[in-house]
Amino acid sequence: MRIAGKGLIDRSRTVGFRFDCKDFTGFEGDTLASALLASGVKVFGRSFKYHRPRGVMTAGSEEPNALVTVGRGAGQVPNVRATVQEIHAGLEARGQNCWPSVNTDLMAVNDLFAPFLSAGFYYKTFMWPRKFWESLYEPAIRRAAGLGALSGLSNDEGYEKAWAFCDLLVIGSGPAGLMAALTAARGGADVILAEEDHLMGGRCLAETHEIGGKPASDWAARIVGELATMPNVRLMTRTTVTGAYDGGTYGALERVGLHLANPPKNLPRECFWRIVAKRAVLASGAHERQIAFANNDRPGVMTAGAVRAYLNRWGVAPGHNVTLFCNNDDAHKTARDLVAAGLKVAALIDVREDAEVSGDFPVHRGVRIVDTVGRKGLREVVIADREGKISRIVSDCLAVSGGWNPALHLACHMNGRPEWREDIAAFVPKPGMVPGLAAAGSSNGAFSTRACLAEGVAAAEEALEALGRKPKKTDLPEAEDGAVRLRAYWEVPEPKHRAWLDFANDVTTKDVRLAAQENFRSVEHMKRYTTQGMAPDQGKNSNVGALAILADATGRGIPETGTTTFRPPYVPMSIAALGAGGQGTGFAPQRFTTSDKAARERGAPMIEAGLWYRPSYFPRPPEKTWRESCDREVLMVRDRVGVCDVSTLGKIDIQGKDAGRFLDLVYTNTFSTLKPGRVRYGLMLREDGLVMDDGTTARLAENHFLMTTTTAAAGQVMRHLEFVHQAHCPGWDVRMISVTEQWAQFAVAGPLARELLNSVLETPVDNAALTFLSCGHVRVMDVDARLFRISFSGELGYEIAVPARYGEALYRDLVARAESLGGGAYGMEALNVLRIEKGFITHAEIHGRTTAFDIGLAGMVSGKKDCIGKAASQREGLVGPKREQLVGLRPIPMSREIGAGAHLFDEGAEPVSANDQGYVTSACYSPVLKTHLALGFLTDGRARHGQRVRLVDHLRGTDVICEVVNPVFFDPEGGRARA
Amino acid sequence: MPSLFEKTPCEGLLPLAIGGMTLTEIAAERITSVAPFAGKDRAVGAALKALGLGWPKPGQSVAGKGGRILWTGRGQAFLIGADPEGLAGIAALTDQSDGWARIELSGADVEAVLARLVPLDLGAAAFPKGSVARSSLGHMMMVLHRSEDRAFEIMVFRSMAATAVHELHAAMTALAARAAAR
Repeated sequence: MRIAGKGLIDRSRTVGFRFDCKDFTGFEGDTLASALLASGVKVFGRSFKYHRPRGVMTAGSEEPNALVTVGRGAGQVPNVRATVQEIHAGLEARGQNCWPSVNTDLMAVNDLFAPFLSAGFYYKTFMWPRKFWESLYEPAIRRAAGLGALSGLSNDEGYEKAWAFCDLLVIGSGPAGLMAALTAARGGADVILAEEDHLMGGRCLAETHEIGGKPASDWAARIVGELATMPNVRLMTRTTVTGAYDGGTYGALERVGLHLANPPKNLPRECFWRIVAKRAVLASGAHERQIAFANNDRPGVMTAGAVRAYLNRWGVAPGHNVTLFCNNDDAHKTARDLVAAGLKVAALIDVREDAEVSGDFPVHRGVRIVDTVGRKGLREVVIADREGKISRIVSDCLAVSGGWNPALHLACHMNGRPEWREDIAAFVPKPGMVPGLAAAGSSNGAFSTRACLAEGVAAAEEALEALGRKPKKTDLPEAEDGAVRLRAYWEVPEPKHRAWLDFANDVTTKDVRLAAQENFRSVEHMKRYTTQGMAPDQGKNSNVGALAILADATGRGIPETGTTTFRPPYVPMSIAALGAGGQGTGFAPQRFTTSDKAARERGAPMIEAGLWYRPSYFPRPPEKTWRESCDREVLMVRDRVGVCDVSTLGKIDIQGKDAGRFLDLVYTNTFSTLKPGRVRYGLMLREDGLVMDDGTTARLAENHFLMTTTTAAAGQVMRHLEFVHQAHCPGWDVRMISVTEQWAQFAVAGPLARELLNSVLETPVDNAALTFLSCGHVRVMDVDARLFRISFSGELGYEIAVPARYGEALYRDLVARAESLGGGAYGMEALNVLRIEKGFITHAEIHGRTTAFDIGLAGMVSGKKDCIGKAASQREGLVGPKREQLVGLRPIPMSREIGAGAHLFDEGAEPVSANDQGYVTSACYSPVLKTHLALGFLTDGRARHGQRVRLVDHLRGTDVICEVVNPVFFDPEGGRARA
Repeated sequence: MPSLFEKTPCEGLLPLAIGGMTLTEIAAERITSVAPFAGKDRAVGAALKALGLGWPKPGQSVAGKGGRILWTGRGQAFLIGADPEGLAGIAALTDQSDGWARIELSGADVEAVLARLVPLDLGAAAFPKGSVARSSLGHMMMVLHRSEDRAFEIMVFRSMAATAVHELHAAMTALAARAAAR
């Protein structure tokens, strides 16, 4: 029911929307909750466990009951609090956890089994048989008990992440927040004022009192108007600060497009902000708490403050006949506001015998509520006086206030514990719990308007001082300054029916007492046993009440019982917002080589190598499988010539007088003796002695080296070199920088490699001019290039590097020339086969657990000098016959396919882990040797060449006998590369 | 003999203009990394002075008639648009001209676009014209240079040009949509 003339809604603009398949209208400025309450809707949803009808309880983001699903299809959002969702044309919302609708929910049968469904029921009942838990019990329970569900479809609507910076972040825009922002802004600080509502003003919007002689909402509007004109102020509405993190960083979730009927294309739905603030003021207000009594969860039972908010801000009467139940004076305002608005107050029930209250309504002092009536909407309140005499009050709305809890959550996010204040029966933040953050106003336990205004000013002045700015004098406007009068009262004793604490998770006072009885006496244990505080509202409405009852049940005080840990986020938030931009390929940057387009034009499927994309193989008709293409490419390189883009390998330019000495330190072998114009293969160890990476390094000039790394470890090696230089030899004259991206580099390999190269080089090379493992400067088609005679295929091979701008042109040219010679481009599959045939290692072999000894390169660890990892590599257990050593494996018969990941066993041994002798790291079919081949590690493998082992791949079901051989299957003398 | 055609890192990706903002590829210039050898800081400073420049302080750049030099890290700077005359032998020099995609973002809301991708305070007070930072653009390593009051020069690895343009494009369209929703 709407009250004429009240509220901050625009009655000239009606808005149509749908809830639970019915049409409704509201006004601009309405939330889903206010519009539905105005339309007389009582039941908003069904409760988590028992499917009890539930109505709206609060008017803010802490709402535990009125959770709805908004939207349809992939973009539907579950568990939206109706108290937060603004209505807009076309809005479609529906109730949750019910079938077929919130009014007729067949799952409500659960409520009849309530005596069996107390805390711990599932744990006790569904323990056995154990394997049934995951497959049967848990899915069934989750289906029956629950919240809204995601669509399960991929949603490509946009979310956003952003950063913001300021001197002072003010969290909340009530009296304290507005005064803090104004004071700081006038003092010249850069201010961000974040408010989770779409209107600034906080509690000013919900109350009838005056500030500075004006209605509070007018005062707030005037302050916001001034702030909006100031260039050093940023007003962020619909923005909830969700977490406090190190270094003055705060997370905040902004609702960007969720309130719009027709959002522009590409408008993000939400934005997750990281706000970095030198100082912060927490002015997040307080949450009113319920009192636990029998059947206190009926639709129509609300907090007293929420009833005032709906009345004053939205002009909505949540009932025709309102009863109040309270333990404090603040709640009396609700009765007075209702009467002033011309509504009927059925009764005001104050648990205090000595409560001072007068008004045009019946007052019951020292009386308690023992029951309520009305399943789908409150009809009667049953009370008992001091003598136990029962009477009934006809009422369709019950406004309850058990006092207020400061919304101190953010102050506790860095694990600070709040302190208990007896006078307001609530926890308040202690100063310094989050460095740079000060609480002000209700969030600090200051509940009068005047105190809120004053604390806002004081907090801002303190912040200005810390920022080195002089505050200007701020006059405090006149406002009410009433003292808090309250008697702690958590529950009506000995309820005859269930008395709810955590509405969102259906936890009752009995559950908490049961937890204590079963010795879950710690508040953290009680929480986990009962699930109290684990619902979307994270216990905002129930934590203090629950621990008060736990304190009573365990005979301790509330401060001794303590609180559970407060953790971000303060409100539920979309993972989509946290991961904005990360869907699909947005997950990581994509790196493309200069030959990428040319490779794709040839139909090559691309494979990821780190962030790079590289061609797997180049299909040619009539080839139908990758194997056919791969076999052809391998034979092409062995018989004619192939071209492959190897630009992805890391290239590090190292210069300086001490460059040679530096390489001697990071490589196991010696580089200071390398002649300019020569290239050497090097092996690099980690500090722990295991192999880090390998690659070739060329000496371009006396004090100039060019190191290549593997594609996968390029970043790691660069970091390692920087660390070694900075930490171990900072005085050495060495300078290094990555030049990976500067050069496009192509391998040209095969017996015709030189013929192909000489067709593009200005000055042809011959075997003598550029011997194996040499390098030099060349000119290719008017471009300066570098030429390296190195080979990862075992064939006569070169790598030619040109500045990247010419990469695509040179690649296309080289491939065309190779094709005219009977060769062509080859991809990663062929490259892999070529190197396995030659027994060359990759990170499949140097996977982080192998030593130089294991891979047969112990001889490369120079005895004449020290190097990083050398001492550690000689530790006991890292050398010797017990180590698994690199071997080649050939299946018997040769046609049997083997795969990487298979394990090795003695012939005749049971293929179980106790008998494990090693494993396969790389496998392929060799079209040259016409057999499957593998590289692997075998215990004492080098001594076992010629023996047979059993290879079992439990995953693929392979069981093959293999011969252990030298890992170099092809051209073991290496003559082809030197031809 | 035919010569090799050239391609720029952002060919086919840029320019873009969205909501009053423009994203363009900066024309190729010579880029040389300069890292003074031990004890040669002063000599390098003098050589740069001869070029009308000087050694940039951390987070800063020096611009002259002939070009610019950007601080890019510990003991390292990028000389852009000038030949490294007089620096051979006293500093480690590498050619970086082809290694970077260089993109200029300009327009009224440059800071707001970058606030979606860069974890730095880029306000005029904290990051005035001429400032340089090694930071990240989304998940990419970047050199960021405020070249004008309302323009930033963004340098990312050449291979990541497509992702950089995609991310900047997304930030620009989201921002333009916010303006349209107002």
